[in-house]
Amino acid sequence: MSSTFDTVANIIAETCDIPRENIKPESHAIDDLGIDSLDFLDIAFAIDKAFGIKLPLERWTQEVNEGKATTEQYFVLSNLCERIDELKAAKGA
Amino acid sequence: MQIEIFILVDRIRSLSIENGLAQCESAVPVDSSIYLGHFPGHPILPGVLLIESMAQTAGWLILGLTKFERFPFLSIVHEAKMRDFVTPGTQLLLEARLLHEGSGFYKTSNRVLADGKLKCEAETTFRVMPFPSPTFREHVIAQARRVGFPPELVPNAG
Repeated sequence: MSSTFDTVANIIAETCDIPRENIKPESHAIDDLGIDSLDFLDIAFAIDKAFGIKLPLERWTQEVNEGKATTEQYFVLSNLCERIDELKAAKGA
Repeated sequence: MQIEIFILVDRIRSLSIENGLAQCESAVPVDSSIYLGHFPGHPILPGVLLIESMAQTAGWLILGLTKFERFPFLSIVHEAKMRDFVTPGTQLLLEARLLHEGSGFYKTSNRVLADGKLKCEAETTFRVMPFPSPTFREHVIAQARRVGFPPELVPNAG
């Protein structure tokens, strides 16, 4: 997870011009870092490319909108990195 | 190119879903009221229209990729570069290449050439979503036929 977090944090820092030291595993991408949905497209692109996966943003958004999930489950960075690791594992399976 | 109604692609020259590549053609109008202001004595096509022409070319590619089920709305223009003037009467070759298909978005790399010379380039990101209305989708399908979209890839309207 730590290497995944470092990669994600570096992507966020570079894409959104946020100081790297302000990006922590417990940071909420939206509430704490102020990343909006448009910026997140750039981040999703970079994450997809970096890990060879496809973040299921549409499904996550639908689940949040329908009350089946919270934004914390997907957008707190430690949770996001867990989801990324799951997608990586599923791809390799 | 029909500037007044913002239709900036005249014809699709080629479109490959497999290769993620679209090539379109467009002729810059010889006369247009736009040149009265842009610029007196030095008429050139505004850069925003070159960007839109690239976006429309990428849009045709993405419509092919989504089988006309979803419409691409331009969301991000990345580092557009206007490398040369585009003057009235110029024949443009517009190219869009798929860079990435994400969940609910596409990213493309685009460029505009004239006589083999690069005029401008940019990467673009589009959100894709269901057509807001059946009328809109029917209009897009009619436009697809007008610009020569590969017939086997154009659905029946409705």
